[in-house]
Amino acid sequence: MRFSHVNKSEKRVDIYEKVTGRAKYGADIRFPNMLYAKSLHTKYPYAEIKNIDTREAEQVSGVARIITAKDIPNNGFGQQKQIQILAEKNAYYFGDAIAMVAAENPKQANKALEKIKVEYEEKEGIYDPLIAKEKDSHLIYEDLENNEMSHHTLKKGDINKGFENSDVIIEREYTTPFIEQAYLEPEVVIAVPFYDNSTVTLFGSFQNPSETQHAVAEVLKEDLNKIRIVQNHIGGSFGGKEQIMYTLAARVAVLALDTERTVRLVNNRETSIIESHKRHPYSMKYKIGATKEGKINAIKYKAITESGPYGCHTSSVTLRSIIQGTGPYEIENVKGDTYGYYTNNIYTGAMRGYGSPQVIFAQESLMDELAEELEMDPFELRKKNIFHNNSVTASGQKLDNHEVSLEEVLTKAVEKSNFIEKYEEYSAVQEGDKKKGIGLSISFRGCSLGPGDIDTAGVILSLKKDGSVNLYSGLAENGQGLKTIYSQITAEKLGIDTNKVNFMPVDTLISPDSGPTVASRGTLLGGNAINNAADNLIEKIKVYVSDKYDQDKENIYIKDGSIYGKKDIEILPVNEMANKAINDGINLSTYGWYEIPEISWDEKTGQGRPFFTYVYGCQVAEVEVDTATGEIDVLNMTAAHDVGRAINPANVKGQIYGGVSMGLGYGIMEELETNKGYIENTNFDEYMIPTVKDMPDIEPIIVENPDPNGPFGAKSIGEPTLELGAAAIANAVANATKKRIRSLPLNLEKIILGKDLHKGVDHK
Amino acid sequence: MKKANINLIVNGKEYKITVEPDERLLDTLRDRLHLTGVKEGCSIGECGACTVILDGKAVNSCMVYSFQIDGSEVLTVEGLETNGKLDPLQEAFIDHQAVQCGFCTPGMLMSAKALLKENPYPERTEIKTAIEGNLCRCTGYQQIVEAIESVVKNKD
Repeated sequence: MRFSHVNKSEKRVDIYEKVTGRAKYGADIRFPNMLYAKSLHTKYPYAEIKNIDTREAEQVSGVARIITAKDIPNNGFGQQKQIQILAEKNAYYFGDAIAMVAAENPKQANKALEKIKVEYEEKEGIYDPLIAKEKDSHLIYEDLENNEMSHHTLKKGDINKGFENSDVIIEREYTTPFIEQAYLEPEVVIAVPFYDNSTVTLFGSFQNPSETQHAVAEVLKEDLNKIRIVQNHIGGSFGGKEQIMYTLAARVAVLALDTERTVRLVNNRETSIIESHKRHPYSMKYKIGATKEGKINAIKYKAITESGPYGCHTSSVTLRSIIQGTGPYEIENVKGDTYGYYTNNIYTGAMRGYGSPQVIFAQESLMDELAEELEMDPFELRKKNIFHNNSVTASGQKLDNHEVSLEEVLTKAVEKSNFIEKYEEYSAVQEGDKKKGIGLSISFRGCSLGPGDIDTAGVILSLKKDGSVNLYSGLAENGQGLKTIYSQITAEKLGIDTNKVNFMPVDTLISPDSGPTVASRGTLLGGNAINNAADNLIEKIKVYVSDKYDQDKENIYIKDGSIYGKKDIEILPVNEMANKAINDGINLSTYGWYEIPEISWDEKTGQGRPFFTYVYGCQVAEVEVDTATGEIDVLNMTAAHDVGRAINPANVKGQIYGGVSMGLGYGIMEELETNKGYIENTNFDEYMIPTVKDMPDIEPIIVENPDPNGPFGAKSIGEPTLELGAAAIANAVANATKKRIRSLPLNLEKIILGKDLHKGVDHK
Repeated sequence: MKKANINLIVNGKEYKITVEPDERLLDTLRDRLHLTGVKEGCSIGECGACTVILDGKAVNSCMVYSFQIDGSEVLTVEGLETNGKLDPLQEAFIDHQAVQCGFCTPGMLMSAKALLKENPYPERTEIKTAIEGNLCRCTGYQQIVEAIESVVKNKD
């Protein structure tokens, strides 16, 4: 198939603004007569708030308003234990805020915070889910029977029989830490009261404008249509600017309405890290049984994580873990359980990967450990067990509606990285302190939201007199390139130039609610909605042109900005047609809608068809480990990903490079350290993310097997790129050192001593 | 401490400014001169989002007090264009798709610009050293390094 716009590395539509410094992010927007907001956080991770005295603080010059929980109309939102907007009876984690000040300038606001007197009674918290789960553990919420927040289970076949028929059985435990999303732009909210008939209009760094609108309306007890959220350029999110943004938006909105002034909140880095939800830390137990020929008979796995005090994503994150917990292997007998418990640690939420990086680290380490036990090449062991077309997953789903390309991605990555030869070479005894190793990991990943969520998207296309198209989408640009991808799909469908498509700012007054921009669903869902809207628009154009120019409708098509008819003769350019049509009173705005194909899920058995399609990936890491110092140098990484169709190959590569970088950080350096609920590393001097010097050369391999359910065959790429790196590096380090580390990150102490020296709580 | 009167040349334009004693160059640029292309990411000189060129050197503008730099010359991302023409680095960032969320981009560009002013033909490792202090969470740096390298190659 030949394309004019998709499948091409067209330049990003937002890039000119971004390279010139003209792009306005939340903190760059100014309104007249603004107040500046600051939050006061709890002194203790878990404490009863006995009294709050704001009298002295209110006397500080420039202070306009101080709010506490009693000033919030409905002090919480969320499905499970509600997230407090401001801590009321108890502060449940170290990032809970107790009060918020609005003052004429930030210095005055800070001064007022110092003058707020809070009486606490410190309470004994639970800072380890393994303690929270014990029967005699005290309860974080006394109205609940226990601290369990979620439990998912999966059963397939006969697990006992599976092990009985196995020649080799191994059992292993793995752990992963809390991870900070580390978007470069800290959170920003600006609340403008009573503007254009909205009660409050909020600008800021919102990943999900519609969800923010819902939460703020719930908190203010206001009609949904009176809350307007407008997204600005956003400096990264990766799942991070979700619930914390809803909380901040609600707080600032209350201040704005109370003062009838515009209120601006810009978090500093420390506040951002202390307040915002993190990737879930996991403790995992795996048991695997195989024949001596390497056929896997059975896997039993259990993963335990924590939600912190607010269970905002834990149930869905651990649901993805249960579905993908045994990896892309066809196994007859499976038993899995994933649990989330309430604790007083920082709350956990969405972060790129969403329950997959943890289990992939475990299950792909496990595969290499099994291969070693069987004295088999890890590539061969995988090849014997991977999914193919019509394979059945652990949740009983037959993969029968798309190309199952695992063997293709695996083979391509292995060949490109020269894996087999290098694995053999590095498996031999190596002289000296510096030892090389190579490792790989593979995955399957369900596209979009999965069980339990409404999964739909809408788009409005509006053709203007000059032949340009306004595109209104509820799904948002978060840096990943969504505006560009949507513009290319629209241009391809309508036969116009990509620069004729104008992606309108996401604004909840106008944009169709399409659910959150998460789960690598942007291209897939929004692209399909655009297809639908464009088909509707083309139909309107055909009807108009056939009528006006006496043409058969069937012969009319649009190409390169012009409308053609019978015998491919140009009738007129799109802009002239649009001008005439609008002057003739024709409606050239259309709506497009997409709803995913049917999925199913039985929560009792963990069986069903949880995702309507999947993507497949393989990453290979080559490392050099200095066994004297414990330093890991990642030499190169190869990443093969089936994306269905690359709408913009340069953009897909950008996703791969970025995801590999985050995976590398997860593998060898990143860990948000907590100590009895306190957070130890609150800025980039202590929370390390990869710099350019940490990054190896990356070889991206884009694999394209167009999916019948994807727009132009496209599927997902954002999260698959991140979930594989840590496992591949762990396997490479084991190949180099002949020692297995089962805990992330693989830091210097673990390499040399085999254990961690950090001062934080170990989740063991 | 008292307020200070300073002279600055910012993006080729002369300013006489009265600054607070604890005012950072970052604040002066963003809040007084409205040059919001300069970004604040960490406030402790670790992330590089606020990088500007101060008297020829790339600095974190969050780590410089304005009163200390009376008489200095500052270049920010807004000053990279000349006569409406993008700097070759900006063009290269566009061509290599070296931008995602874009929050690190102005700082990245300024670090690269300072490097090329001092060393017009840097090796790949020198490029990496020059932008080592600029954190990026989106791109994995590869397209950024490629973009800067392409400017070096196109000089011949």
